Amino acid sequence: MFHIYCPYCEELREEEEFHPKGQAHIARPEEPDACSDEEWGDYLFFRDNPRGIHHEMWLHAVGCRKFFNITRNTVSYEILETYKMGEQPTVGAEHLAREGKTDSVQVAESGQQTVGASDAAQASVKGAQA
Amino acid sequence: MQRYSGFGLVKHALRHHEDWQRQWRNPTPKPGYDVIIVGGGGHGLATAYYLAKEHGITNVAVLEKGWLGGGNTARNTTIVRSNYLWDESAALYEHAMKHWEGLSQELNYNVMFSQRGVLNLGHTLQDMRDIQRRVNANRLNGIDGEVLDAEGVQSLVPIMDCSKRARYPVMGASWQPRAGVARHDAVAWGYARAADALGVDLLQNTEVTGFKIRDGQIQGVHTNRGDIEAKTVGCVTAGNSSVLAGMAGLNLPLESHPLQALVSEPLKPVLDTVVMSNHVHGYISQSDKGDLVIGAGIDGYNGYGQRGSYPTVEHTLQAIVEMFPIFSRVRMNRQWGGIVDTCPDACPILSKTKVKGLYFNCGWGTGGFKATPGSGHVFAASLAKGEMHPIAAPFSIDRFHSGALIDEHGAAGVAH
Repeated sequence: MFHIYCPYCEELREEEEFHPKGQAHIARPEEPDACSDEEWGDYLFFRDNPRGIHHEMWLHAVGCRKFFNITRNTVSYEILETYKMGEQPTVGAEHLAREGKTDSVQVAESGQQTVGASDAAQASVKGAQA
Repeated sequence: MQRYSGFGLVKHALRHHEDWQRQWRNPTPKPGYDVIIVGGGGHGLATAYYLAKEHGITNVAVLEKGWLGGGNTARNTTIVRSNYLWDESAALYEHAMKHWEGLSQELNYNVMFSQRGVLNLGHTLQDMRDIQRRVNANRLNGIDGEVLDAEGVQSLVPIMDCSKRARYPVMGASWQPRAGVARHDAVAWGYARAADALGVDLLQNTEVTGFKIRDGQIQGVHTNRGDIEAKTVGCVTAGNSSVLAGMAGLNLPLESHPLQALVSEPLKPVLDTVVMSNHVHGYISQSDKGDLVIGAGIDGYNGYGQRGSYPTVEHTLQAIVEMFPIFSRVRMNRQWGGIVDTCPDACPILSKTKVKGLYFNCGWGTGGFKATPGSGHVFAASLAKGEMHPIAAPFSIDRFHSGALIDEHGAAGVAH
């Protein structure tokens, strides 16, 4: 059972109040009309799936009903931080690498590196996310 | 390979069962093979077996980081069915079903395939409309199926609460009589033994740590036991497919989630079919040993911990007790989790990649076990010929860029 700190309610609440909503920080392409099928496919379907540090979006469904973000280890299930929408994480895979906590943790790049996507397409998507 | 038979059993009994042949060898890795299969679960072992048997490619290695059949093959609820909605999925799972029906004889190994039938319950009018649509689609595809009303369900499963008192009353069900269950471990062991007998090297405790790729062509793999060369590599690693793909510089449209199941204390025979409900969301059958085998949905968040969360257990057991008040005081003996890699359209990926000679078979979500023989059969054909088998072709990774998804959510009869 997770005990999750909602950054809006500013309280620790039980997991059952929340719904996980997948990877965080996915920005809609800035020029949708100019996107190729490949870029749309990447945006819609391709997600980071790291064995380690993952930034994900959650909904405080039966609390304040607001979305917020969590940085969580998908192997140990440790929640490293929660932060409001629009904010950037302060803890990442690099942070853990510095502290020597990377045993059996795969360092994943945030953003969407995908099969067949051109480097330029990836750069534009990543740029939009920053 | 020493064949198993009734006569052999008597013969070995007279010798106090002291000279049974080992089921498979434990060879040392050769420097190279024609084909390497990464992942020694049911799908990987089946792929190796069909490569050797149907395509004459016997210079094959199966690389398994743990022990054979120690992953999701040993962590599922053993249900086998083929009542999928869309033509592409129906073809794939029915292909598997036809193999299941002769598998024990083919492998000379009792996989305890039991065609006790599968019920998918409907609890709302919309459920019943979906069930009618799916059963009609199944019959057009030559797959057996019937729509039952509540009385029909009650007569098949007398212990179920089909009264109107229930919070979500049972309104009816789809019924596939040819579906059923199989002994999951025996499937892995049967394929392993048969593949080994055809010359396949089964390399346990051999973990792939990277790929050798030159000019966009796969050259082999790095492992903890040294490098092994091959021009064709098939990855069948269930929950860890994203991690493996990352080693080859690829990304897959997958999310890995824990899926858990429970087994109760053994009871006398009380349930002789498989009952699944998408609406209250639980599924249950009784094993030949007598224990109730219970499963439900995945944890909502990504995870690689093979345990699963407590709220999911509670939700599952609520659904089971809702359908079967008689089980309310049955004790659960064990609970476990496997890691499933789920796809955005709830269908698997059987595909080439942009690395020539590197193939992936993954994304089976919560439903991979039932497909084991069919998946292995079509994947072996694809590896042997260098072209995806016609049944596998619609499941290519290209569909996430072309938009030709196979939207099997809900239609699969159980949620992902």
